[in-house]
Amino acid sequence: MAEVKLKNITKKYGDVTAVQNMSLDIPHNEFLVLVGPSGCGKSTTLRMIAGLEEISGGEIYIGDQVVNEKDPKDRNISMVFQNYALYPHMTVEENLGFSLKIAKEDKEEIETRVKEAVQILGLEELRKRKPSQLSGGQRQRVAMGRAIVRRPDAFLFDEPLSNLDAKLRTQMRTEIKKLHQKLKTTVIYVTHDQVEAMTLADRIVIMKDGVIEQIGTPLELFEKPATKFVATFIGSPSMNMIEAKITNISGELYMETNDGISVLIPKHKKNSLAEGQKIFFGFRAEDIVPLKFGQKPKNSWSMTSKVNLAEPLGTETLIFTNLGNTEVVSRMFTPELVNSNDDLEFALNLDRTYLFDGDTGLAI
Amino acid sequence: MKQIKKIAFWLLVLFLLILICLPGIWIFVSAFRPNPEILSKPANWIPDRWTIHQFTQMFSINGYVSVPAFKYLMNSVIISSVSTVIAITIGMMGGYAFARFNFRGKNSIFLSLMLARAVPGISLSLPLFILFAKLGIINTSFGVILVYVAMNVPFTIWLTDGFFRQIPKEMSEVARTDGCTRLQAFWNVELPLAGPGIGAAAIFAFLLSWNEYALASIITRTVHSKTLPIGMMDYLDEFTINWAGMCAIAVVMIIPALILTFIVQKHLVSGLTFGGVKG
Repeated sequence: MAEVKLKNITKKYGDVTAVQNMSLDIPHNEFLVLVGPSGCGKSTTLRMIAGLEEISGGEIYIGDQVVNEKDPKDRNISMVFQNYALYPHMTVEENLGFSLKIAKEDKEEIETRVKEAVQILGLEELRKRKPSQLSGGQRQRVAMGRAIVRRPDAFLFDEPLSNLDAKLRTQMRTEIKKLHQKLKTTVIYVTHDQVEAMTLADRIVIMKDGVIEQIGTPLELFEKPATKFVATFIGSPSMNMIEAKITNISGELYMETNDGISVLIPKHKKNSLAEGQKIFFGFRAEDIVPLKFGQKPKNSWSMTSKVNLAEPLGTETLIFTNLGNTEVVSRMFTPELVNSNDDLEFALNLDRTYLFDGDTGLAI
Repeated sequence: MKQIKKIAFWLLVLFLLILICLPGIWIFVSAFRPNPEILSKPANWIPDRWTIHQFTQMFSINGYVSVPAFKYLMNSVIISSVSTVIAITIGMMGGYAFARFNFRGKNSIFLSLMLARAVPGISLSLPLFILFAKLGIINTSFGVILVYVAMNVPFTIWLTDGFFRQIPKEMSEVARTDGCTRLQAFWNVELPLAGPGIGAAAIFAFLLSWNEYALASIITRTVHSKTLPIGMMDYLDEFTINWAGMCAIAVVMIIPALILTFIVQKHLVSGLTFGGVKG
């Protein structure tokens, strides 16, 4: 039962800065997901909160205490690792009860709390088994059980699902979410998978190169990405991104792509742009509609282009085509067959385009 | 045809086995027969008369002592066990440090430990003799133990380092987030997991001490500190050699070594199997 606060946290390995000046407030009971590409410092941050990694600068609070100098054992957190790290020489039951045994809880208390965790996670049948006799999903469940038993102030998850196959991953994702609703404890969860981040998080922190790119709810990040990086990272397929320049054609501002295609700039974006400015022009796959199978958006720009490739996914079909020389992807939600090399007319919804500065990558 | 090949193969195996085991068999057989029979020509393979005379004498069962073998056996057991326990304790901590921590000069220290193993033990005999004589620990069990610990520690470090490396780092990390101190994590989680490896290292260290001859022959002088291999030399008189006695004491020496070797073999073949992390 505690909030976790990071104040200007920095981690350096020699000359390399893994995490720089990171500040974050995680209120009690929040499910916070740290997401980013590998090497962005998300795991390092988690390990610093756990106390497994020393902090080069800044302060970490759990509750209202600074825990910088505290051992992991004194922080009252529980961590679930990617490879589960179950104690192979102990049974499921012993694994679950280990932390309580170390804390010298009395036998009855251990028994009740282990029983409780076993029930929550459906491990009744497996109590007497050794980890080597468990499947991946079961091991994952035991690892979570071991964390629950301690009744920690905060749960730390370090890519807990990445060793599982796709189906099990989806299933465990739901279980983790349910577990959080049941236990009502602060959760800090690290993943590189944006789908996991979107589905689980109350709030997402996107990191890149040791710096926070953006903090927000899943929908905020999806709808209002602060940077080009966030825009392309969140959402699948990735946001289409085209390099362009601002030009002035008879008093109207256009963005002109490198291969000479001009698109009129939506009115509400005009004020913050200057002629000659380099930008990135982004739009999501569902906002470029093949007219044959969809409705034309109110404020749109159209082009006819050849289909490079179509990927039917059942409920949706991804169509890869070219805008100038850049390949873009369009998503339609009608189960129609699209053939490669067909010429299709596409309409781009101009109200749902994103502009990013060409140099800084910040949203305009 | 196939059958003949098979028979030929097993005959070859049998021949090689006999060849390898012959010295051992000869020792064993000779321990149970009188000395003259050993020296008879042509060799008498199967004793005419079996006797346990050498053993009864050696362990003074009938009141007469040829060689104080029991004392030597005790010396051997004490020296080998104590030096093994000390070497394993130090070596295990060293191995853990090399496997888990980064410190300045780590690689060079490790390399120099391994180089120490490359020095032929016998070349140290003279300096050791002088040093021990000056310190007054010549001809003491303590002196021998000291030498064996020094000999065994580098090897133990090397072996246990490998075993600790096989244990994922997360094991100790998760134990520490589970409320353990570093020492508790080591004691409750990493040590049990490295157990078979440490056991194997201990047996190796024990066997090395048990069988060592060269250095012990220099720094042990009397019945106070002589170990079994050195004690064997007691059967060497000015004019005669009691081959039967030597063989008998060799049998006493070989049996524990043989048992331990079987245990080592089992551990080294089975290796470590983990279920705690995804393989």
